Amino acid sequence: MLDGPLIPRNRAIHPDPYDPGYKTSVPRSPNLPLLSLDSTPSEETGPTFGHSRLGALDNNLILNWTRGAAPAVGERILMHGRVLDEHGRPVPNTLVEIWQANAGGRYRHKKDGYLAPLDPNFGGAGRTLTDEYGRYQFLTIRPGAYPWPNRANDWRPMHIHISVFGHSFGQRLITQMYFEGDPLIPLCPIAATIKNRAQLDRLVAPLDMAASKPLDYLAYKFDIVLRGRRQSMFENKPEGM
Amino acid sequence: MVQKLDMLQETPSQTAGPYVHIGMMPTYAGNAGTFDDEIGTSPISDGAQGDVIEITGSVYDGTGWAMRDALIESWQPDAQGKFAGQDGADPNVSGFCRFAADAESGEFCLRTVKPGAVATAGGTLQAPHIALWIVARGINIGLQTRIYFEDEDNSNDPVLARIEQRPRVDTLIAKKTGPGQYRFDIRLQGAGETVFLDM
Ligand SMILES: [Fe+2]
Repeated sequence: MLDGPLIPRNRAIHPDPYDPGYKTSVPRSPNLPLLSLDSTPSEETGPTFGHSRLGALDNNLILNWTRGAAPAVGERILMHGRVLDEHGRPVPNTLVEIWQANAGGRYRHKKDGYLAPLDPNFGGAGRTLTDEYGRYQFLTIRPGAYPWPNRANDWRPMHIHISVFGHSFGQRLITQMYFEGDPLIPLCPIAATIKNRAQLDRLVAPLDMAASKPLDYLAYKFDIVLRGRRQSMFENKPEGM
Repeated sequence: MVQKLDMLQETPSQTAGPYVHIGMMPTYAGNAGTFDDEIGTSPISDGAQGDVIEITGSVYDGTGWAMRDALIESWQPDAQGKFAGQDGADPNVSGFCRFAADAESGEFCLRTVKPGAVATAGGTLQAPHIALWIVARGINIGLQTRIYFEDEDNSNDPVLARIEQRPRVDTLIAKKTGPGQYRFDIRLQGAGETVFLDM
């Protein structure tokens, strides 16, 4: 049974918490080491959300802000993929949330004052539950790149923010999906917080023509892997403790 | 060559960024109505058993500035130590909440019930605590920590026992400031740095 403690995080694949290239991380990263321990029920359980809490348009960002009245401006895309654990098992019925800028690179957030205008038909947030095979999909528009205050002329590549729950609080993950072929990816200090280029490549979604719909939308595929759990067979009181 | 381990690797994290609220707390971001039923607005509903408490605090960066954009998630059991979904759990305790620092004051407030104690799989009883996960711009991977309580017996808790520098235990303990009122500050870096967990 795979219901033992969570497999410890391999911090080497994750971004460095402290990275002078991403200036805001400098005062917001712990100096001292994390305290590493086996997970307990607080990390091995987590909230669940039923279908009844979701609206019919929650995973359609082209239409959800206007409740279906008018479509958002931009390139129509399908973002889809699977949520798996480290054993390769699908993670069904788990909440996936996304948020993003509009086609001009502007967020509908009171703190975003970028020159590009808001789209009256675009909110920029969506959510869905994975199906029994761990699959999810969103219909949205391709977000624009945008400048941000860091070094004198830094731009974010086109990206969509993603939050995933899994089945336990210790699996909680937030990441970003980038788009195949975007020349801004290798220039971005936030992307570059991931020091291993092969790991960063795992955040770049390929164009998926097979899933695109003729005369309607292009598709991008983005699979997400969450922490798995160890076998519980030999889990007992640790010897000598 | 050896056999291949048939395992996947976890997806790398990226910062939640400055606009995380439009996706996870749309009403807070000024976008009420994004979803009909926003999640995590409260960990309890009317009729929850146990002591209702309020925990107030701030998340400070390494310069001592109270961050205005931090977003925190909490997860806890009910007053009897049962998590939502477990047999006999209090139906009025979802146990999950999202809360954010106030954009003006930088203070957050979590209103919940005092959690019960929960044992580990090995049978060791942990002191009552609330698990936290903190994300924000500049935090490249979410930070795990816990809130324990000054007015509980924390002396045998197996997590607190693993903190070598005993004065640092204090960083995980909420201080009682009045009836049902606690203060819990989180310091990301530097003097009084909170103990962050890797569990
Ligand atoms: Fe962004």
